[in-house]
Amino acid sequence: MLVLTRKRNESIIINDDIEITVIDVQNDQVRIGISAPKNVSIFRKELYEQIQEENRKAVESKEVSLDELKKGLKL
Amino acid sequence: MVLKTKNFGNIEINEEDIISFKKGLPGFESYRRFAILHKVDDENPFKWLQSVDDGKVAFVIINPQFFKDHYEIKVDPNTSDELEIEDIKDVIVYSIVTIPEEVSKMTANLKAPVIINAKKNMGCQLVMDDERYGFRHLILDEFKKMGGK
Repeated sequence: MLVLTRKRNESIIINDDIEITVIDVQNDQVRIGISAPKNVSIFRKELYEQIQEENRKAVESKEVSLDELKKGLKL
Repeated sequence: MVLKTKNFGNIEINEEDIISFKKGLPGFESYRRFAILHKVDDENPFKWLQSVDDGKVAFVIINPQFFKDHYEIKVDPNTSDELEIEDIKDVIVYSIVTIPEEVSKMTANLKAPVIINAKKNMGCQLVMDDERYGFRHLILDEFKKMGGK
């Protein structure tokens, strides 16, 4: 992993069109600004990890038939 | 092709029914081909999203409109390109369902819906950072709130 030291309001550029700026630093929190083209997807890593975890749980769901699930809705 | 599945035994899957997930699903990144399984002429809102690569991997999915009014998803340009979406009418949305021991407590993930471009048979799981929606909406509670219609 490349490690760089930056101060407030300093940036790094990735691949010519992505700019990451340190907006503010307070104690152990860093506010980061990201400018990137629309086709770059950006999200907090925890969000992705949480979806992974939820998907794993979903696959391990209790084994029931779709008919039983439908009955649960009292259709 | 014939696929040996956990829930249905051996089933025949037609090539034209295979939906391609270029990036897989989070946690299942290497699973790239899925098929939606349900009974013919069945009005059951629950269906299976079955991996074609591994018969043991299957998700219960549900049409979220069934239990949630005004569910809004935002398809970003990146996803739209990835799924080659030309007309939003071609897009089908599903929520992944988790079923615990007590079946009535089953939940749906509205934070990260599965979206499919039916025209191209391409799909992905959308990562939505939308505070209105969570990972575990109790389906029966939401259904009742809607008046069970």
